[in-house]
Amino acid sequence: MEYFLLQLFIFLAASAIAVPVAKRLGLGSVLGYLIAGMIIGPFGVSLIGDVEVVMHLTEFGVVMMLFLVGLELRPSMLWQMRTPILGMGGMQVVLSSIVMAAIALWALPWQQALAVGLILSLSSTAIVLQTLKEKALMNTAPGRSVFSVLLFQDLAVIPMLAFMPLLATLSLGDDGHHGSVLFDINTLPAYLQVIATLLAVVGILILGRYASRPIFRAIAATGVREIFVAAALALVVGISLLMTVVGLSPALGTFLAGVVLADSEYRHELESDIEPFKGLLLGVFFISIGASLNFSLIGDNVALITALTAGLIVIKWLILVITGKLFKVAKKDRALFAVALAQGGEFAFVLFQFAKVNGVLGAETVEPLISAVAISMFLTPLMFMAYEKLAISKDDTQLNAREDDPIDHSGHEVILAGFGRLGTDLGRFLISAGVKPVIIDHDSTNVDVLRKLGYEVYYGDITRLDLLEAAGAKEAKLLVITIGDIEKSTTLIELVRKHYPHLKIVVNADDRQASFKLMELNIDHIRRETFGSALALGQDALQQLGVDPYEAYRLARIFRKKDEEMMPELYKWHCEEEHYISHYQQKHAELEALMTRDFDNDELDKAWTAKNPTL
Amino acid sequence: MKKILINFAHPAKGRSNINAQFRAAVENIEGVTINDLYANYPDFLIDVAREQTLCESHDVIIFQHPFYWYSTPAIVKEWLDLVLEHGWAYGKTGTALKGKWCFQAISAGGDATTYRVEGANQFTIAELTSPMRATANLCLMDWLPPFAVMGVHRGLPAAQVTGHAEDYRRLIIAIRDGVLDKEKAQQAEFLNANIDDIMLKA
Repeated sequence: MEYFLLQLFIFLAASAIAVPVAKRLGLGSVLGYLIAGMIIGPFGVSLIGDVEVVMHLTEFGVVMMLFLVGLELRPSMLWQMRTPILGMGGMQVVLSSIVMAAIALWALPWQQALAVGLILSLSSTAIVLQTLKEKALMNTAPGRSVFSVLLFQDLAVIPMLAFMPLLATLSLGDDGHHGSVLFDINTLPAYLQVIATLLAVVGILILGRYASRPIFRAIAATGVREIFVAAALALVVGISLLMTVVGLSPALGTFLAGVVLADSEYRHELESDIEPFKGLLLGVFFISIGASLNFSLIGDNVALITALTAGLIVIKWLILVITGKLFKVAKKDRALFAVALAQGGEFAFVLFQFAKVNGVLGAETVEPLISAVAISMFLTPLMFMAYEKLAISKDDTQLNAREDDPIDHSGHEVILAGFGRLGTDLGRFLISAGVKPVIIDHDSTNVDVLRKLGYEVYYGDITRLDLLEAAGAKEAKLLVITIGDIEKSTTLIELVRKHYPHLKIVVNADDRQASFKLMELNIDHIRRETFGSALALGQDALQQLGVDPYEAYRLARIFRKKDEEMMPELYKWHCEEEHYISHYQQKHAELEALMTRDFDNDELDKAWTAKNPTL
Repeated sequence: MKKILINFAHPAKGRSNINAQFRAAVENIEGVTINDLYANYPDFLIDVAREQTLCESHDVIIFQHPFYWYSTPAIVKEWLDLVLEHGWAYGKTGTALKGKWCFQAISAGGDATTYRVEGANQFTIAELTSPMRATANLCLMDWLPPFAVMGVHRGLPAAQVTGHAEDYRRLIIAIRDGVLDKEKAQQAEFLNANIDDIMLKA
């Protein structure tokens, strides 16, 4: 236990130190983790023990990441991307495999060369996606192309795993096959294996489409947050387990589940619940990659490993450029596309290990290649930086070009917090005016009904930072708050002020007291919830009494203006009195001040009167 | 029988004397529709479709209003801006108002003598109302000079106001019944300069 805690502490502390430093230096978090890993690893100050075990454990971060990526991709969007996924991804994997296998033929028999080619064709989903997200490139055209290729590679891992043992040429020391803990699908006849696999996939689709909603609703109704987290985690872990049992990639399974859930109102909640786990696991995973860099091996074979790394990057880069060209990736995007994917991936570690165990490749082949892959991964964030430096100096209009991206319609500018009585009409109004807000409400029945009516409403507690993040607070321009509860509104405002100072805020206040609280926070755009209706009713009343409609209208407008002008004065008074009279007394006194205030309508009287007002 | 639409605009009816009396004088004449713009659109959100239908179903369109700042109350300008759409009121296919009669019925503060080159206001009523005349021209309408009551700031004697109101009523009825001589009326400075003079002789 102590040992475990110590290890945990070392990993967490290393991340907490390295990542902020790396980010401050403009290196990005991935590089920060990698460097931290190198420092604390067996070849650095040697603070951590079994790196490989840690790496395998934290590979789960990749699974979670793909679940999150899936959550952001609707099925329709995925279908739109079928050509880039199969076309670009397929071409990249096939071409890279063939070219690298051909080169490897000089040193290795064809079976081994082919295995090496296949394994090296894969890129690093973890590093690339993390970097793309950090640089906000996910929703750009090149970002989508990169993602398509990565998705195909994740798919390609499955046949590779199946195919690899057939390439075995070396004698095995012992049976490298380790059976599954739960159930070994390989004991079934082939047709049953296929059926089981299909059943698993269909099961995920059905679960995501039909069963998840009532389950999450029931859980949400309990109002216990950690149960929702537990359910979300159980979902991801369960699917991974199922996929592993039937011999599919867990990353792929959870990705699928994510896509199916992308339409769900619990999407943002799921996202924000899984996100921290993913972040931590991936971080530790990156650390373990950094730590696994075998410096003594590299030191002994500097020339070989440098050549391998350079060759790997250059060949992949060239093939990516060609692929990009064939699939009409815009010229300016091609560089990013190629730079992003020109490295070995974390699956290479798994597959090399697998190949070694299955007698496909010998340790003397695998060791330098693993180092080359690790170094290429380490270089990726640096290559991104180099690309950015070059691209930005070359093309300043890149940002403008990005706006034209046809796929990216996800950019919501407005977050609407609360969709109750007030929020409903407000939301309808904004939508009618062509402003499509991300709507967040905490009442799950409410959310259900509204979704049925076709509104884009999400369930969740908006006062949670991670949910704000998931709702796109970073990119949004405006936050509209229509929560009745003033305590909650102020919490939200304080949170937003601290973390998203760029967000403009428009907020409703229940009553005058609530307005004062909001004025304390220096909010400029406050509307008292019932004030508008009161004046509208008053205007109707005057009209029914025979007052000319235009005069009634102007009286209401003048009253509103005067009342608004009076607010700062009342607020000042409110602040002074607050300290020595009770809440009730204060309210009473304020009402009295309000009701006895003399409202002259001289504005109305002076209007349109000349010398003789009978014109 | 001509149908007459009176677009009435007064932002402070409670304190109006002349316009209120004029309005009362013509309110219940058969064939006359009074369209109180400020009452119908206190927030200035003019229902263009409704206004266009009203225009289409009448033969004479009158703007009755006080003569504010040598012009109309604000809502009349808004009305012109919104209702007179291209393709409806003007332009190649804009013939909805073609051949309809159009004039203003105004009450002005200054005396008739002030509305002269040498007078305090330097311009004649005809000059000052020329934008409305040009508008009518563009919309292919038959423009008539204004029905104007002046010197209101001096405070007109009650009998005089009643007389003007009676003239207004006579004029409206004459137009409705088709006994107004359009050509002659167009020559006059004001429709109420000499009402008898612009009637068709039997």
